[in-house]
Amino acid sequence: MRLTLTVNGRERSADHVWEGESLLYVLRERLGLPGSKNACEQGECGSCTVRLDGDLVCSCLVAAGQAEGREVRTVEGLADADGRLAPLQAAFVEAGAVQCGFCTPGLLLAAEELLARVPRPADADIREALAGNLCRCTGYESVLDAVRLAAARAPAPAADPERRP
Amino acid sequence: MGVVPPPAGLTQRGDTAPDASGGIGESPHRPDGVLKVTGDFAYASDLWHEDMLWGHTLRSPHAHAEIRSVDTAEALALPGVHAVLTHADLPAATHYGLEFTDQPVLAGDRVRYQGEPVALVAADHPETARRAAARVRVEYAPLPVVHDEATATAPDAPVLHPDRDDHHAAHVPHPNVVHRQPVLAGDPTHAVADVVVRGDYTVGMQDQAFLGPESGLAVPAEDGGVDLHVATQWLHVDQRQLAPVLGLEPERVRLTLGGVGGAFGAREDLSMQAHACLLALRTGRPVKMVYNRHESFFGHVHRHPATLSYEHGATLDGRLVYVKGRIVLDGGAYASSSPAVVGNAASLGVGPYRVPHVAMEALALYTNNPPCGAMRGFGAVQACFAYEAQMDRLAVALNMDPVELRRRNALTQGDTMPTGQPVDAPAPVAELLRLVRDRPLPPPRPWEVDGGVDPRALPGGLARSSLGEGIVRGVGYGVGIKNVGFSEGFDDYSTARVRLAVVGGEPSATVHTAMAEVGQGGITVHAQIARTELGVSRVGILPADTSVGSAGSTSASRQTYMTGGAVRHACLAVRAEVLRLARDRLRRGERVDWRGDEAAWNDPGLRLVGGEVVTPRGEVLAALADVLGDEAIERELEFRHRPTRPFDRATGQGPGHVQYSFCAHRAVVDVDVELGLVRVVELAAAQDVGRALNPRAVRGQIHGGSAQGLGLAVLEEVLVGPDGTVRNPSFTDYLIPTILDTPPMPVDILELADEHAPYGLRGVGEAPTLSATPAIVAAIRQATRLPLTRVPVRPEHLTGT
Repeated sequence: MRLTLTVNGRERSADHVWEGESLLYVLRERLGLPGSKNACEQGECGSCTVRLDGDLVCSCLVAAGQAEGREVRTVEGLADADGRLAPLQAAFVEAGAVQCGFCTPGLLLAAEELLARVPRPADADIREALAGNLCRCTGYESVLDAVRLAAARAPAPAADPERRP
Repeated sequence: MGVVPPPAGLTQRGDTAPDASGGIGESPHRPDGVLKVTGDFAYASDLWHEDMLWGHTLRSPHAHAEIRSVDTAEALALPGVHAVLTHADLPAATHYGLEFTDQPVLAGDRVRYQGEPVALVAADHPETARRAAARVRVEYAPLPVVHDEATATAPDAPVLHPDRDDHHAAHVPHPNVVHRQPVLAGDPTHAVADVVVRGDYTVGMQDQAFLGPESGLAVPAEDGGVDLHVATQWLHVDQRQLAPVLGLEPERVRLTLGGVGGAFGAREDLSMQAHACLLALRTGRPVKMVYNRHESFFGHVHRHPATLSYEHGATLDGRLVYVKGRIVLDGGAYASSSPAVVGNAASLGVGPYRVPHVAMEALALYTNNPPCGAMRGFGAVQACFAYEAQMDRLAVALNMDPVELRRRNALTQGDTMPTGQPVDAPAPVAELLRLVRDRPLPPPRPWEVDGGVDPRALPGGLARSSLGEGIVRGVGYGVGIKNVGFSEGFDDYSTARVRLAVVGGEPSATVHTAMAEVGQGGITVHAQIARTELGVSRVGILPADTSVGSAGSTSASRQTYMTGGAVRHACLAVRAEVLRLARDRLRRGERVDWRGDEAAWNDPGLRLVGGEVVTPRGEVLAALADVLGDEAIERELEFRHRPTRPFDRATGQGPGHVQYSFCAHRAVVDVDVELGLVRVVELAAAQDVGRALNPRAVRGQIHGGSAQGLGLAVLEEVLVGPDGTVRNPSFTDYLIPTILDTPPMPVDILELADEHAPYGLRGVGEAPTLSATPAIVAAIRQATRLPLTRVPVRPEHLTGT
């Protein structure tokens, strides 16, 4: 089948997509976007996390056809057009939250979604939001540091009704 | 579009932090960090070639069976299939292995574990390859399964490797014993103690569970050889094993490191390397292989499960008199690195304690269980769980504080190991315990907030299985000892090539090694060393490949010591050549504008700092760029640690180890004693690292190692049935810690230099994996008053259900 979708703001299409292929496979193998990772391919590790019309999904569990006509945001879309890192990306590098880096793309997407929802998260909020993203290298301490750092650097929100102690 | 290659080299300036030079002792950013946060870093599983095929492996469903026949006709007939290979198609050597050459590339007439590779397929789509593999007809005749010590060493046990010719074969007590190592010290037979405690312990099979699956791309070359881009821990040991299997000279088997998504020991053995190369050479097309998670559980070795029996004798005032122990490691179907794991378990089996009389024995079995080999901690993890449980048991018997008991027996510099090897570097075991003990304890009842309950801080979490009732807190301690580097007489070395030249008016260094960067940050440290030794800011890191000498394995906590040592060694040779060049130019009168007389230029204390040649008093003699001019200076050198010797076969005596590494933990847990749910509240660590070349990376290693120890304590086990089949080969059923399972982990770092090591450093990666596990289980014991002799501790062990 032919698949057409918007990825990181650009319309993309792929031909000869087999119906059994996942969105992850199409991104990685047909659209040249291997940033989303393939660690478990059964929705347990979060390394393939992307945003589908804004919602966090494991792209390994989304059939490619389900993404027809929809908007996908991947790690490749986080930095701006000039290649400047998004604040979360910079914070991950600075805080040492990247070791092997295989979990990093998924963690970045999940953390981005959290900070959009809860700009000043408590540690418990960060842990809850990132609980679907496995990391085997860091023990998560530096991941927490990175999210705290990115949140602290963001301009103070005008109203912050969801803030928790 | 050609090959999507790994990064073609990374260049980094030193000033990635304010007011910093990026040298050793600082924490500059990773040179590959930006690529990894933008998705541009090419892992081995991301590689792509325009006309590549996909390889797939057909694996045995049986743990032990005779292969009667293999029929590939139906698979070959499937459209899109380019090759199907079986044992009969192997062109040259049929077996490989790290220590023994006992593992078939593809099974011949017998399979010895569930998941053993039997046939290979190359096809134009991964799904086609999978479907073709399902059409290969294999006729198996199941054989009796050897699954533990009793079945392996029974008089009528099936001998798994009847034609052993390895160097341990002649002196093992049974052909199904891979290797056995006793360690005897003092007079354990006659030693008399006031108090004796005994215990039997079990450690489950742990998986490394790196996230990046086994993967690589093999590209056939015009010279008849092959170029393999692969995620591995040691390029040259892969090359050494591949060349005979492919029937090629080693020079025609060229390996380049693909991006590696973690390793932890699981990439020390071959997985898909030989298979992808065989398919590529057969089809004449590039072949990519990527395991999925299910296959990954069968595609690499695991941590040896172990049964351990210990007897500790002590005086009434808590001095250890003797330790007797026996450690049985299940090596599974093939040897892998089992002999070295045995050596570690035996020689480190009493822990970081002074013990006058010792009778230890460790052995590894051949069974039909999954093959076991290297995992972070390597034989020292299993022993640490048992000897630390024994120390707690002894403390109870003596009515003594468990930290005080450990302190009274703590190893220190100048003591002797049970192997007779003197401890000739700092061994601050007592100080590490004091550091974790003296930390303030986390507040009790953390779930009570603003008069309400935050279930996220309770065992059971958002399941709301408790709102605070039935929760008991416990505190426990653990400390461990791990060797650094390859032991027992292994010729352990690393190689580095360093080049210094002026680029764009700026002196720049380039470092080329074959070290596998698996996430640990070795390349960051290499750049730091080059900056410190050569006084440059800009350092390029070339991709790791086999065009430079071996770096040895990224394992055994050894790479900063060994390849870091090699980079330093090469930098010093480059620096000496820079200064020789300068003196030559001065002698020839080329540079009258340089400062300093002949004596100043001959001062052995001259250094290169900030792009200048500087005297010990800080006087600047010349700019480095001026000295170099158009010259490029390059040196490739090997670096070796002090030699070691094998342990005596009968007594275990001998200087077998290079260096020891020590870490202590204090764990605080909340346990729902009614439901058997554990929440680790805090896991504090203290470790001596000799010298922290990159403090942030050191903390990252301690955090990551501690979390893996937590996993072994309460979550992680590959479950293998008595028929040798794995019950939980997925991340749905094999649980590794999430961010909710992993608590705050405060860290204290000591830097007591080891004068034998580069910069005084001590390998850091493994020690924290040892002591986290026993500390957590000790804390659960304190909360539950249960003996808990097995890890992982599961809810039913706490509730008795």
